[in-house]
Amino acid sequence: MKKFMTGNEAVARGAFEAGVTYASAYPGTPSTEILENMAQYKELIAEWAPNEKVAMETAIGASVAGARTLAAMKHVGVNVAADPLFTWGYTGVTGGFVLVSADDPGCHSSQNEQDNRYYAKFSKIVCIEPSDSQECLDYVKEAYKISEDFDVPVLFRMTTRTCHSKGLVELGERQEVPMVPYVKKPLKYVAAPATARILHPIVEDKLARLEAFSNESPLNRVEMNDTKIGIVTAGVAYEYAKEVFGDSASYLKIGMSYPLPMAKIKDFASKVDQLYVVEELEPFMEEQMKAAGISCIGKDLIPNIGELNPDIVSKALLNEERPTMSLADDKKVSRPPTLCTGCPHRGFFYALSKKRNVMVTGDIGCYTLGASAPLNTIDSVICMGGSISMAHGAKQAFVKNNVEQKVVSVIGDSTFFHTGVNSLMTVAYNNSNTVHCILDNRITGMTGHQQNPGTGFKLQGEESKQINIEKLCEAIGIEHIVTVDPLNLKEVDQALEAAFAFEGPSVIITRWPCALKKFSEQDIAEFDLSPRQYKVDEEKCRGCKVCIKTGCPSLSFDGETKKAKIDPNSCIGCSVCSQSCPFDAIGKVVK
Amino acid sequence: MSEVKNILLAGVGGQGIILASKILSEGLIQAGYDVKMSEVHGMAQRGGSVTTQVRFGEKVYSPIIGKGQADILVSFETMETGKWLEFLKPEGRVVVNEFEIPSAPILACDANYPQGVIEALKEKASHVTVFKAGELAESIGNIRTANVIIVGALVKAMGLTDINWEEVIKNTVKEKFVEINLKALQLGMDQVK
Repeated sequence: MKKFMTGNEAVARGAFEAGVTYASAYPGTPSTEILENMAQYKELIAEWAPNEKVAMETAIGASVAGARTLAAMKHVGVNVAADPLFTWGYTGVTGGFVLVSADDPGCHSSQNEQDNRYYAKFSKIVCIEPSDSQECLDYVKEAYKISEDFDVPVLFRMTTRTCHSKGLVELGERQEVPMVPYVKKPLKYVAAPATARILHPIVEDKLARLEAFSNESPLNRVEMNDTKIGIVTAGVAYEYAKEVFGDSASYLKIGMSYPLPMAKIKDFASKVDQLYVVEELEPFMEEQMKAAGISCIGKDLIPNIGELNPDIVSKALLNEERPTMSLADDKKVSRPPTLCTGCPHRGFFYALSKKRNVMVTGDIGCYTLGASAPLNTIDSVICMGGSISMAHGAKQAFVKNNVEQKVVSVIGDSTFFHTGVNSLMTVAYNNSNTVHCILDNRITGMTGHQQNPGTGFKLQGEESKQINIEKLCEAIGIEHIVTVDPLNLKEVDQALEAAFAFEGPSVIITRWPCALKKFSEQDIAEFDLSPRQYKVDEEKCRGCKVCIKTGCPSLSFDGETKKAKIDPNSCIGCSVCSQSCPFDAIGKVVK
Repeated sequence: MSEVKNILLAGVGGQGIILASKILSEGLIQAGYDVKMSEVHGMAQRGGSVTTQVRFGEKVYSPIIGKGQADILVSFETMETGKWLEFLKPEGRVVVNEFEIPSAPILACDANYPQGVIEALKEKASHVTVFKAGELAESIGNIRTANVIIVGALVKAMGLTDINWEEVIKNTVKEKFVEINLKALQLGMDQVK
């Protein structure tokens, strides 16, 4: 049976068919749907972990126990999971182990475009790269075989394009794989220095055997056509090369890009006149080929910046461009993402934006949009959980150098659980006079509403324990903790003033569910979520545009009447604009 | 059936572009084509631009197209059309749902909604079809069918009317909405001469 699937759906299906019994992940675009799709299979356990390191370690534990396992994350998530990864490369596996790394060339929704194939080489494990949805399914199954045959973890490298494109996929049946009976193996799994020194030469030997396998494996496939041009390519870049050159060039399509099949590449190179390497992002294969003495052209012509497409390949290698049409710039206005209508973050940011002499460190989530116009509140965003620790370091530096500067951090609930909580420990332990705002919208918002340890539900639907953020902060040693309604501007303002006045670290928790969330029974009981709407009284509106500064997409300013206007179809009555109005011109619609 | 055809759909998050692409892809698969579809939806839910590309033919390699490659550009929002015009082939067709959704800079009074987009499009592209899908959808009694009306226009413009769309609609929407969506599809087809 053939099904039209995204790469993420196909990876989930492939892992299911391969007999995986445990999978864990932290959500992150473009990887999120892998675990969301695994959740449908009742034959396995699929879980959200609070961060990627935990996801990786739980999957490692399940593999050591003897089961086939999977961990999935976006590229920067592997940075978080890198600590276990490198030692896991030394020890090897018991049950087959696949780490899916979803890279994001073009930074569609990421803070960088790192090429995670280097992680495979760096941690001395296998790298497998699918180029379409069918290969996502087939290669995952092959990855488990390689993992177990060679006692090695596999890094399954996807990109936004392979994750999110749909293609037709031939499905198979699930094959139950019995667990390997558990046996204590301290010389394999207790990675103390003495063990590590024994393991390292074993790993090097393993890599040599894997290279021999790579030379023979059908994952690395030769397609001989005309021999004037030969192309070594991997991942979705293969599809682009085929699109541009069709049958007019020969291909060595690399599915296993570490260890590279160097003998096969040399043989292929000897049969073609001109050898190109077409790969997305960094010259991962090209560097290794050149080091092996193979003459080829890659990044001299093809950019290592941004996502590739057939156009870029065609322009780079053939110097061909298609004719295009375009409209004048005055016919286009940008459409940047904004905080949604009714977003609880809006009220909080609007109140914070009124404070002067404040450095605001931000974090990763929807609320990163608090950095954009018209709120312009966040000054820096580096990584998950970084807001709290950066605020602490900044404040220590200001104090030591006698600089008067308030410092506030802003972080979401899920990101706080991810790594923010560790940062708050240094804040309490090293005692900085900083204010930390945890924006609890009762869900992981940015990636499309995943449950987390604070929401009361697990990935496969069961109810779960909920972290009490207040109690957690208290246990860490924070003495000044206030919970507020972020849509109540006065309440947020008072909480900020009280925190600024307090000597020592303080935490402000804003608690209101995401406007797009499917509300739980608990949400409905706790919050007044009844439908409401607001309207501008044109008599009272003086056209001052103060409300427009809240950045609500349901609000606009009519240039002709010089009055503000609320779109009745989208307003959900959060009331932030009404509270911002100096003339009391925005009122609740009484029905 | 050998040549690969490229469809580019553009609009704003929440306009039903993903469902429209799904209906389209289902129909093409049913007709025996190889199909690839690519969508960009990272932050689209938060009011950003959304595009999907659907490619079909005997064998499709790349899931995405480059500039100057689309056989048809179908835009769900007036201003978005202009942003994607450079992806259209010189002889390609344009289908526009004339509907304005102001973006954040326009709401914040930092910019005005661009005027004369349709006229400028007609000067550049040779086949431009314009209609107001929202008003048409209201005329048949359900504003939510606007996206299916647009699919209907696309189907006609691409010469894909032989596909059994009735079955596709039956497979993709709830039973009580089948009839109205079939009406919407036909109404969309009628917009293209």
